[in-house]
Amino acid sequence: MLVFFLFCFLYKSRLSLQYDHEKISERHTGQYYTLPAAHIQKLFPHGLPPRFQLQIKTFNEGCVMVRPPALELISYLKKADYSKPPLRYILYGDVGTGKTMCLSHALHYCYTQGWLIVHISDAHLWVKNCKELLPSSSRPSRFDQPIQASQWLKNFKITNERFLSKVQLGYVWTKRERTEKGQPLGELVDQGVNRMKSSSDVVGAVLRELRLQAGGATEGEGAFKLAVAVDGLNALWGKTSLKKEDRTMCEPEELTLIHNVRKMMKNNWSGGAILTALSQTGSLFKPQSAYLPSELLGEEGFDNMEPFVPVSVSNYNEKEFESCYLYYLDRNWLQHSHSRSEEGKKELIFLSNKNPSILERLCAFL
Amino acid sequence: MAASGCRGVRSILWKYGSYGKNLFVSRSKMVPQVKCFLIFKNLAAAGPQKFTQEFIDKQVEEFEVGKRHLANMMGEDPETFTQEDIDRSIAYLFPSGLFEKRARPVMKHPEEIFPKQTAIQWDAEGRPFHFLFYTGKQSYYSLLHDVYEKILAIERHQDKMRNKGLFTSDTKQILLTGSRWLLKEEIEENLVENISVQDYMRLIQLMELLLSMPYCSLEEEFILKFRKQLEVQSSKYEIPALQYDPQGVAFSFADGRRKSAKASITLRDSGSGNITINGRNYLYYFPVLQNREQLMFPLLFVGMSGRFDIEGSVEGSGHSAQAGALRLAISRALLSFVSEGEVEKMRQAGLLTADPRIRERKKPGQEGARKKFTWKKR
Repeated sequence: MLVFFLFCFLYKSRLSLQYDHEKISERHTGQYYTLPAAHIQKLFPHGLPPRFQLQIKTFNEGCVMVRPPALELISYLKKADYSKPPLRYILYGDVGTGKTMCLSHALHYCYTQGWLIVHISDAHLWVKNCKELLPSSSRPSRFDQPIQASQWLKNFKITNERFLSKVQLGYVWTKRERTEKGQPLGELVDQGVNRMKSSSDVVGAVLRELRLQAGGATEGEGAFKLAVAVDGLNALWGKTSLKKEDRTMCEPEELTLIHNVRKMMKNNWSGGAILTALSQTGSLFKPQSAYLPSELLGEEGFDNMEPFVPVSVSNYNEKEFESCYLYYLDRNWLQHSHSRSEEGKKELIFLSNKNPSILERLCAFL
Repeated sequence: MAASGCRGVRSILWKYGSYGKNLFVSRSKMVPQVKCFLIFKNLAAAGPQKFTQEFIDKQVEEFEVGKRHLANMMGEDPETFTQEDIDRSIAYLFPSGLFEKRARPVMKHPEEIFPKQTAIQWDAEGRPFHFLFYTGKQSYYSLLHDVYEKILAIERHQDKMRNKGLFTSDTKQILLTGSRWLLKEEIEENLVENISVQDYMRLIQLMELLLSMPYCSLEEEFILKFRKQLEVQSSKYEIPALQYDPQGVAFSFADGRRKSAKASITLRDSGSGNITINGRNYLYYFPVLQNREQLMFPLLFVGMSGRFDIEGSVEGSGHSAQAGALRLAISRALLSFVSEGEVEKMRQAGLLTADPRIRERKKPGQEGARKKFTWKKR
């Protein structure tokens, strides 16, 4: 009887919270809201964690839990003054507590508000396992990563299609090729996608243009707010596992992509916000127990990112755990009969210690 | 005592050593060396050494005297010097680093050291004393005779009661729980002769027949001589006492071991199910699910999973062994929070038994403990 009542509560919560970012408040923590499928395709071609993508495929819908860190972030975004330099928000917490998911939630809010999204889904992918490392065409001491850059440009194109024709620019970037003033951004992006060799430089150019134009026009067609989202921020200031041709280790500064993103992180522009999340799971040479910004970013990174607004993400509390458990029950994900009983629930609480990712992995085989 | 062994060997040498010397006469006078040459007697084929009764009596005397000397040496009272005190003193005076306890120096009463032997069974004319001597196993068959006599006595008693009209089936029964029949080896020790498996089973059958009769309580004393009390396991481990914090929160300590991992924990009441091991959360210390399940088992079994806060430290061995050690420690700490019946249930669930399995030793001539080298036919 009680379970039926809770089911009703859950259903009501599921249906009523589509798109209503204005109405979501602290009362709604623990409830799930559905991400519309069209938004998922456009906004997150590469952004969501792989296990969550599997879950979307299985359940045929993407449901995100509303949690306090995400609500906090959205409230800051609502209250911030966009004529001033952007505020930097860092989501930090232990492994598997839901930093990437909170970031995605906040990003969805920005998307529904019509912002231009620059989303780097995992900066760690740019500092390790790169097959091709070309010396940069524009600057001799740097290295390009054509595959990663062109991949990112494709995703950027999908996410921000409506802005591509609106933004105008002019930029000279090699001796041979140049884009005239007044060309739309879309053409630049296409050029980068088609010609792999110069794609990293194109990325740099795109970022620079967006920075310059973000706070420019307050009204009219050209106005937009810029949301820069980086997951795995500690990759920008950590070490790489890439080697140069003479077998010495590559510094992150010597990579064009990383250098450009670092420039984005500085708050010398206006008209947007910088949302970031730390990540230990993909990081190189960091112990598993490190999760605070000072530990993961290192001295250099911390100095660069200061001042920032830290937002801490922790394991589920009782209410959130209940909600997650009921959601899985509702979707028939927990098949084992024992998991539906009180004993089974206690076991789940103990074994996962209410950690979201561990709970998800545990329920996957039940 | 080992001295007797030496003396035995010395006596052999004395008997045969001189004979050997006579055989070997050195021919060259230039080299007057006498080669001492031992003829090796087949000691194993001679059977176990036989000690005479006088010899054993002398040993007992020497033991008593030696005990008084030892007591004087240690500065204790010779009158009240027990076997435990002897063991303690010998361990102090002759410290030994040998791992095998049975190889260390020992001073015990000759009864415990020399195997029991039968005295001469026949008189000066060669006539045996016992009427069953010619069966070969006189003590065993005389025991069977005794048991049968007792059965007959009980039957007679039964008939008497029937005649009087006082026959009842529900009489006082002998309590047999917590004891077992003596093993074949133990009976052989008592009878000082070898019996076969069939003989042993026959004896047990007879005893059971005796037990099946209604008035067997008459011979209770006799039967209990053949039963051995099993140790009561619960009295071995003391339940740790419940201590109270200044705030009034109950807590208890406990230790646990598995393979070579040692764990010690503090279990605090009115907590919320947080478990910290070596300063880290248990979720990050034991990423493997199996280890966390091991930690969960005692708490879930007793039904108090969200009630306690556990703070533990563990060292040594690998992750599974550490989890096992922690589990034992948690179960032991829970004993003080739980009722008697629950303690018995936990014991039956195997939560309180220390796992005796240890890594097996590698043997010479083999790759590992069990693995052999490649077998070649030729």
